Amino acid sequence: MRGLSWKGAILLGLLMVPAVVVADTDGMSADERAEKLAEQQKKQTQTRTEGLSGEAASIVERLATDDWQAINDVVEELEALAAPETLPVLQALSDRRLYFDEQGRVLIEDPATGEYSDAITGETVEVASENLSQPTLTNAIRRGIRPLIGQLQLFSDDVATRRAGAEELADRPRPEMLGRLKELRAEESNPEVLRLLNIAIARLQLDASDSEERLEAVEVIADVRSARMKSELESLLETDAQGDPVEPDAAVREAARDAIEAIEERQSTARFLSDLVYGLSMGSVLLLAALGLAIIFGLMRVINMAHGELLMIGAYTTFIVQNLFALMAPQWFSFYLLAAIPAAFVVTALVGILMERGVIRFLYARPLETLLATWGISLILMQTTRVIFGAQNVRMASPEWFSGSVQLMQGVSLSTSRVGVIAFAFFVVALVWFVMNRTRLGLEVRAVMQNREMAAALGVSANRVDMWTFGAGAGVAGLGGVALSQIVNVGPELGQNYIVDSFMVVVLGGVGNILGSVFSALGLGVFSKFLEPVAGAVLAKILLFVAIIVFIQWRPQGIFALKGRAGDDD
Amino acid sequence: MKTRGSIRKTGLACLALGGLLASGVAQSEDNPIKVGILHSLSGTMAISETSLRDVALMTIEDINEQGGLLGRELEPVVKDPASDWPRYAEQARELIERDEVDVIFGAWTSVSRESVLPVLEELNGLMFYPVQYEGEESSRHIFYTGAAPNQQTLPAVDYLMSERGGGAEQFYLVGTDYVFPRTTNRIVRAYLNANGIEDDAIREEYFPFEHSDFQSLVSDIKRFSQSGQTAVINTINGDSNVAFYQELANQGVDSVDVPVMATSVGEEELRGMDAGPLVGHLAAWNYFMSVDSPENEAFTERWAEYVEENDLSGGSDRVTNDPMEATHIGIRMWAQAVLEAGTSDPDAVRQAVPGQCVDAPSGYEICMDEENHHLHKPVLIGEIQPDGQFATVWETDGPIRAEPWSKYLEGSEDKKADWTYPWVCGDCEEPRYDLEL
Amino acid sequence: MLMRQPFVMRLARLHSGFGWAVLLLLTALALVVVPLLNQFVTPDSALYIPDWLVTLTGRFLCLALVALALDLIWGYTGILSLGHGAFFALGGYVMGMHLTHNRMETGTIPNFIQFLGRDDWPWFWVPFQSFWFTAVMVFLVPGALALVFGFFAFRSRVRGVYFAIITQALTFASMLFFYRTETGFGGNTGLTDFRELLGFSVREADTRLVLFMLSAVAVMLSYLLCRYIVTSKLGRVLVAIRDAESRVRFTGYNPLRYKLFVWTVSAMLCGLAGALYVPQTGVINPGEMAPANSIEMAVWVALGGRGTLVGALVGAGTVNGLKTWITAAYPDLWLFVLGGLFIAVTLFLPKGLMGLRQQMAGRSKQ
Repeated sequence: MRGLSWKGAILLGLLMVPAVVVADTDGMSADERAEKLAEQQKKQTQTRTEGLSGEAASIVERLATDDWQAINDVVEELEALAAPETLPVLQALSDRRLYFDEQGRVLIEDPATGEYSDAITGETVEVASENLSQPTLTNAIRRGIRPLIGQLQLFSDDVATRRAGAEELADRPRPEMLGRLKELRAEESNPEVLRLLNIAIARLQLDASDSEERLEAVEVIADVRSARMKSELESLLETDAQGDPVEPDAAVREAARDAIEAIEERQSTARFLSDLVYGLSMGSVLLLAALGLAIIFGLMRVINMAHGELLMIGAYTTFIVQNLFALMAPQWFSFYLLAAIPAAFVVTALVGILMERGVIRFLYARPLETLLATWGISLILMQTTRVIFGAQNVRMASPEWFSGSVQLMQGVSLSTSRVGVIAFAFFVVALVWFVMNRTRLGLEVRAVMQNREMAAALGVSANRVDMWTFGAGAGVAGLGGVALSQIVNVGPELGQNYIVDSFMVVVLGGVGNILGSVFSALGLGVFSKFLEPVAGAVLAKILLFVAIIVFIQWRPQGIFALKGRAGDDD
Repeated sequence: MKTRGSIRKTGLACLALGGLLASGVAQSEDNPIKVGILHSLSGTMAISETSLRDVALMTIEDINEQGGLLGRELEPVVKDPASDWPRYAEQARELIERDEVDVIFGAWTSVSRESVLPVLEELNGLMFYPVQYEGEESSRHIFYTGAAPNQQTLPAVDYLMSERGGGAEQFYLVGTDYVFPRTTNRIVRAYLNANGIEDDAIREEYFPFEHSDFQSLVSDIKRFSQSGQTAVINTINGDSNVAFYQELANQGVDSVDVPVMATSVGEEELRGMDAGPLVGHLAAWNYFMSVDSPENEAFTERWAEYVEENDLSGGSDRVTNDPMEATHIGIRMWAQAVLEAGTSDPDAVRQAVPGQCVDAPSGYEICMDEENHHLHKPVLIGEIQPDGQFATVWETDGPIRAEPWSKYLEGSEDKKADWTYPWVCGDCEEPRYDLEL
Repeated sequence: MLMRQPFVMRLARLHSGFGWAVLLLLTALALVVVPLLNQFVTPDSALYIPDWLVTLTGRFLCLALVALALDLIWGYTGILSLGHGAFFALGGYVMGMHLTHNRMETGTIPNFIQFLGRDDWPWFWVPFQSFWFTAVMVFLVPGALALVFGFFAFRSRVRGVYFAIITQALTFASMLFFYRTETGFGGNTGLTDFRELLGFSVREADTRLVLFMLSAVAVMLSYLLCRYIVTSKLGRVLVAIRDAESRVRFTGYNPLRYKLFVWTVSAMLCGLAGALYVPQTGVINPGEMAPANSIEMAVWVALGGRGTLVGALVGAGTVNGLKTWITAAYPDLWLFVLGGLFIAVTLFLPKGLMGLRQQMAGRSKQ
């Protein structure tokens, strides 16, 4: 299912290429961003009326005020009127594109062109923007406008628009609309819109006078099993002051009880599933952060304290690639992530090789000294980044196909970027597995690791293998950085937050065992998410750390031990 | 430019007077007046504090262009405590003892202010603190130019509960785990209880600085919001906000259903993030860059000019925000007080600051209270716009007086910040507060 | 051997005559000269030692004490701890708790306790009202943590880099734990706003001077203690453990007891350092437990020269002096310098500055 969603996301991304002309980038100013958003809105909305008359016109005229109560009244009256031609006005009001001038003319701004049109006549008007004021708009007013827009959208000929309207109404049905909704249902042909309308009507009919209708409504709601409607069902089961049930019909009460049970069952499944999924998502982040370390520490026994900075360099490479794309190939912007993957690998691998050749190879016999030297390197890398890019975080813009979320079931959704990270983690693990087990480099690495002298005697240049292994491990850390750049803030201290976690993953999994790291990372993620609701995020983490420390005392070789005494290596 | 005329006029008048005094009193005072600036330029708070240094330098430059104070130049001494709280204390000590500054403009988080406070008390220093904070403190050594809770969070809660704001019946309080969110939420909880909202309709969660995984929190907010009209009060500080709002958007928590009221997200923080997921959510401040007033026009124009002249990073994207306005107000008030006192000696200036008024960018004449070392400030609620600016949806009728000790908290309702007496007598015993009133 | 000679004789043989002379000279400098120059010389004089310099040196002495403790366990026993920051901070917190009691008026509690929803001191805060209890706890709290942690770690024969990593995890976990407001130690702010200790105001320059002198005495005595340990039979076993632990075990010694003893002593010295550091700095917060701080301690020892004790003191002084100077004068450069030090010391100065001196001496003889 996740795999499918992932593929879906990529496919969607591919389809969207032509649509994304201007992409959100760091170099973009606030105005440009606003412009882009306006462009998106244009696709969905009509930007001017075709002229209003009669009652509609007289009501809309009264929007020229900054008294929020008056505006609320206007919205209510428009609701009673339910005239589809007022839709552009309402949408403009909701999006803050509605203005009025000193003569009391109500004007709609076209977000694409910046032109103003008179809401009543529908004609373009030339006005200076500094003479315009905006009607007051609050979330409370929007809450009234939204269902109204939804209802008016149902009159549209376009199925997508009708569906958007029906979705809104299923979410926020208003009792006054019941009659009209029924009429619309009779005319509706699209099954999805029909289903949504049925939900909206059912929610309104829970207090119908006819018990048949109520029963029907409860059944429709039971079918949806949405937690949102639970409280409505619960009110059916309440008793009044005399202890009599509010709902007279026992059959309806029974149905409501069943429906609540079904909802609760769904809720607890959802909670379990969401903990599991969030845990896997957190685990895959840990895994990506730790994998490079698992190679360098696990295979070479080098304590690379600069590992976190390799992650950081990977993330900054992604940032640079993003900016290059924005600058040189904005039409391909949404693919910068794909290009960042090899780029980050190469850049961090080079940094890694430089570290290995320049410092680490002189210290192979002295692991504790390596620890200190790599810490020194990490400080230098961090400060270099700070000098080049500044101490503040840099702004990453996720590609469009990477934002939003994937709904796994009702109540459980995972953001697309996190789904992507999970998939990417498995991709990287597979890649590492492939290289280690199916290539000559992998064979040589394993040979050198198991018996350095023997491998050397058989003609493997251990020195060269060291270099490549370190480079590969660093490169994998760079890949982790690409993934991190999409879900956490990218700044010079990015790596510092992951260094201890990464070591814990590797030590827990068993040094020298990449599969062990996979299990320990995912396990840590899942455990911590199941602990989090009980203990809170921080205490969960502390408990896990203590557990790991205790575990290491009991089983120094980690979960998956290699033969030999892994805990006794000096 | 014309708009700041009135203040310049007062300034010039005082300047002339001050100059006279200065020349009469001491001829030798041609050495500069040193001014300490103590804001983190690196680490997690750099995102917020760097601009405060910049705006402070700008305001000092403006004063120097008009000939300085009392015929002396102002010389800024800039430190970088690197978001490390004990280092604020260390550097405050260096500023006062080694650099011999007469005043410090600095600190952002309450932690940093609390670290500096003992040093100020020990060395009899003077500091202007420009950020909204949790109150429950009062010091003769600090002038608070940001908002106290009753000038920011409580009006925001009022708004959320009002029909206009959406009539919230349940509150989810989310914050960073340190003293500002903790205290603010204690006050908010007491306030909500006093307004008939019981504890089971309030939820409180805290996260460490830099926390970035809000999946579980947001799904809990979603569940919670299903049992009634819910609003979130967000006291998360710093970079974590990006991840928090991103997750809200990803899980489809809509500002119309569950508005999030932020107390620490301003224009400067929005500049560093993709504003998309935040659009429609709210923030409470005493100033927005979008405020329509001649003073603000002059302020933002001067700022843009300063950014360009000094080629500050960010360039034309740089914005102004509430703590910057507060810094600006603070320096101008201090300058007026120096002129009035005829010396930059902290003990004298401290007595001259109360009662000072400036025409602030927020469009109001902002005055320092005569007693409590806090400003009278207007409260504005703004809705976040796609361009990272705020559209004001509500504001108070005028500036309101600060209540540093919250009347809703047990134990502090009787306390009163009063610095009118006996500090006027110089070195007498300092009271923390006066219990008799 | 230990018992056979009188204690005084044993003490006297800790150093050569020259060594004792230097030691006495340094003690006199700290206890007589500095106070004189601070108190009786006019501020205009070039010889005047300003108050801030006294406090700064006092804090350096505390850090030097930490380096001494680390050298004992790393230089002589070969166990690298990346968690000494935790012991240091624990000592600091213990002292901070007492100072916090002192600053509160009776019947009032600090705000971070109120956040826990209570209006009285929690049980684990109450006894710290007593100075003497606090003074004991300064040693016992870090000591107990070290004892328990060390017992399990050494018993499972966790060594080398593994030990380094789990000590790092220990200090990291402690940091997270202390950052939580719910833990009850002031959360992110930590403990601050100290006023008095034993009736003396910790903000007075005179009290600071006394604290500086106390720190100097603590360093001297600790140095002698460490010297005593490493020159004893015990010390020789430790060195043997460092160089070949298995052989020590085969010879019939149980390394666990030796390691545990010296590990606990080292933690206690850190606790003492923390307790002296806090009233001079005026604040203790969980940032002291950040893994980076503990690693920085390792470079003090490495720079000075491991297994020399004096080297640890020299290293701590050098690095911290450099840090104070460079972070003020060239803030952007500091991390480059520190990072470069780490690399240079490991690559070119495996025996540190003390080794360098020997090297030079050796060369000149040739």
